[in-house]
Amino acid sequence: MNVYQNPYNVAKMKEAHKLLTELTYEKQPLKMGYANRTLHINVSENTITSKPVTQEMKDVFTGGRGFDMKLLWDATNENTKWDSPENEIVIAAGAMGGITQYPGAGKSIVCGISPLTGAPVDSNVGGYFGPYLKFSGWDAIEVQGIAEKDIIIFIDGDAGKIQIFEAPEEDVNSHLLAEQMCDMFAKNEQEKKAIATVSAGVAAEHSFFGCLNFSFYDRRRQVARLKQAGRGGLGTLFRHKKIKGIVCKFSQLQADSNHVADLDRIKEIAADYHRELYEEDDKQCDMRHVGTAHLVELMNDYDLLPTHNYKFGRHDKAQKITSHVWREMFTQGIPDGCWYGCTMQCAKSVDRYTLRTGPYKGDIVSVDGPEYETAAAFGANMGIFDPHFIVEANFYCDTYGIDTISWGTGMSFVMECYENGIINKEITGGYDLSFGRGEEAIEMLHKMARGEGFGKIIGLGIRRMKKLFVEEYGADAAFLQDIGMECKGMEYSEYVTKESLAMQGGYGLALKGAQHDEAWLIFMDMVNNQIPTFEDKAEALHYFPMFRTWFGLQGLCKLPWNDVEPADNGETDEPAKVPKHLQNYVDLFNAITGNNIDQQELILQSERVYNFQRVFNLRLGFGTRKHDEIPYRSAGPVTNEEYLSREERYDKQLKEKYGWDPTGKSVDERRLKMRFFREEAYQKLCDAVYDRRGWDNNGVPTIEKITELGLANSGVMEVLKKYYQ
Amino acid sequence: MKVLVWDKTKCIGCGICENVCSQTWFKEENREKSRIKIITSESGLDCNVCNQCGECIDVCPVEALNRDAQGIVRLDANACVGCMSCVGFCPSASMFFAPKEPIPFKCISCGVCVKSCPTGALTLEERPEPLERVFYRRHF
Repeated sequence: MNVYQNPYNVAKMKEAHKLLTELTYEKQPLKMGYANRTLHINVSENTITSKPVTQEMKDVFTGGRGFDMKLLWDATNENTKWDSPENEIVIAAGAMGGITQYPGAGKSIVCGISPLTGAPVDSNVGGYFGPYLKFSGWDAIEVQGIAEKDIIIFIDGDAGKIQIFEAPEEDVNSHLLAEQMCDMFAKNEQEKKAIATVSAGVAAEHSFFGCLNFSFYDRRRQVARLKQAGRGGLGTLFRHKKIKGIVCKFSQLQADSNHVADLDRIKEIAADYHRELYEEDDKQCDMRHVGTAHLVELMNDYDLLPTHNYKFGRHDKAQKITSHVWREMFTQGIPDGCWYGCTMQCAKSVDRYTLRTGPYKGDIVSVDGPEYETAAAFGANMGIFDPHFIVEANFYCDTYGIDTISWGTGMSFVMECYENGIINKEITGGYDLSFGRGEEAIEMLHKMARGEGFGKIIGLGIRRMKKLFVEEYGADAAFLQDIGMECKGMEYSEYVTKESLAMQGGYGLALKGAQHDEAWLIFMDMVNNQIPTFEDKAEALHYFPMFRTWFGLQGLCKLPWNDVEPADNGETDEPAKVPKHLQNYVDLFNAITGNNIDQQELILQSERVYNFQRVFNLRLGFGTRKHDEIPYRSAGPVTNEEYLSREERYDKQLKEKYGWDPTGKSVDERRLKMRFFREEAYQKLCDAVYDRRGWDNNGVPTIEKITELGLANSGVMEVLKKYYQ
Repeated sequence: MKVLVWDKTKCIGCGICENVCSQTWFKEENREKSRIKIITSESGLDCNVCNQCGECIDVCPVEALNRDAQGIVRLDANACVGCMSCVGFCPSASMFFAPKEPIPFKCISCGVCVKSCPTGALTLEERPEPLERVFYRRHF
């Protein structure tokens, strides 16, 4: 239970509510994973409407992210910007979402046109909202428009009622709002688990990378905990619409709330998987005790841990933030799944943490995480190897509604700019923002929350900061382009990709920007050398992005797929695909929906949505080859300092891989030669991947491919014709 | 607390205990739905039944598993959401599930099998209650 020095008053909040509109609807049971209708809410006009889900929509878009993208496409046009009223936040769970039996089946997928990139973005998040929304009768919710004053949307799935009301008194920051919603809408402590809230925070109002928090009530800790839809600024969009919270109440969860086709089959698959997790996790990733933070030492060992804005891949102080530290700080022995039945339970928490800074200084709170990305970004990339700083900044990023990845990578960029004299104390407001300066960094976060000073500048994100630094402070644009770790406007997540060409493509060719959720190929490529040729890499950059897109179509988490593997997985033909778990997903989908797909059809379901999203990018003026360009630091050493840190490796590569003798050459010469070869390799990779995906040399899906996928409707063809004239 | 104990030297593998158990709790003679399993293999007979260790209590996400006043670990069917976590994480694999039953089930030391066993292979024996392993009660 959190302890606050300034307790809130829910009764006073309720008194201040002003009901704007409400809708009573007839509840109807789900049919094999689908509610078969979606909810549309316009907060400008205060309208609430129901839309049917057609069989064609299911056949083409499957669900989850597919439904999101289809609804968003229909609601917007080629001129829609992120802050246009017609832009939407769309949330869906997917057909498999909400089954309690198989781990990782409670994800919500959120989409919208991104404040950070200007293009459609998707973000996959835990917490109870998506499944509760579906069990309340809705496969997806679209929220369109911009409210006049701060509002809360309340979906009561028990009563079959939806309300929009002005809510002037509730907090905006998520750790408070999520608890306030539990206190407001649950009858008693027991019922708090029936309340799920989507919220952002005050810093989301002053940055372009605001995140959304999805709550789940932890009955043992008695805390409303938070999972983040972090990427792409959806929290910024949420607050731009003046929404404080979207709340869903559903208290009737049962083993078969999805009304699946074959529950017995699901139980068999699930029991087997839980047993595998029980037997293997301690020997493999130890997700159940340290969550994704186990990756810190692994990445450091393989020279992949982003350090000082991705200059290096390891650091002598890394052991200060490795998993043994988190194992101690995380409370052990409590179910930590962010949805029922997830025994992987990676949603770890630092409990009874006393805040040291900011508006809640002295409060005692549970802090969700840190996960690997946050520990790597705040610890190694910013050079602050202090677990308490990481936990403190993690808490404030979450409650302020800030994406830890974009903030961490953005701060790392700022720190390198500071050390290079591009910015100075005069510009930062008197703060030394060198690598390692934790106190100053956290102050930047609080300033961002208040919309003040240089903290707000950091909230612009790297792409906009680069422009500002060039225009206002005379920075070298080419150097900033090289070291600013963003692609398509989205900050990189936390892996060093210099030695893995396939992973450079994993980031650069991802639809929404530099996120690793489409493909994580570093070990296949760099460590195990399983995909040596361009064609091999292109095949991996086709298969894995398609396969991993499927998690988003279904409301699934990626982690149970390969963060534990069957004991004999290494003996299979394609261990990287984890064949047994892949087949589990096919069997589960069929058991839920009553369909009869196979592994090929699974990929095809994703290909439809993936290509549709690429066309959606094109519709908004993105999605071509030039948008897949990556900063050079992602591909190789930008500076002599970086070259020298791996001199032996680079010299050897120049000689043996590229046939160029580095003997007697200056560091500048060698670095530039390396750059020539690596940039050329990235272009060749793009050629191979586009070809494999059925796209032209400019990265545009061909008419043939679109037709083959059944997407050749009038809207899509209209967009493509512009590129094929 | 009383724990069901099986004596290998007395069991003849007749299966009466399984039938009686499923009849008692599911109103049908169906060994798949028994809370005690007598297993026949090449190495002879074996038995799988809950020893009331309570490891499953900490695994349950909805606190549907608890010890009753007698120390027996019981599943609250109204609270259970059928997630199967306890099935996978039971150290002795003694939490069972069966077709057409949405939620798992386990032995609660009711003793009907003891009374029906023709050879006296099953007994309810008093055992010390294990140390409470529920961490959160210490922390929160």
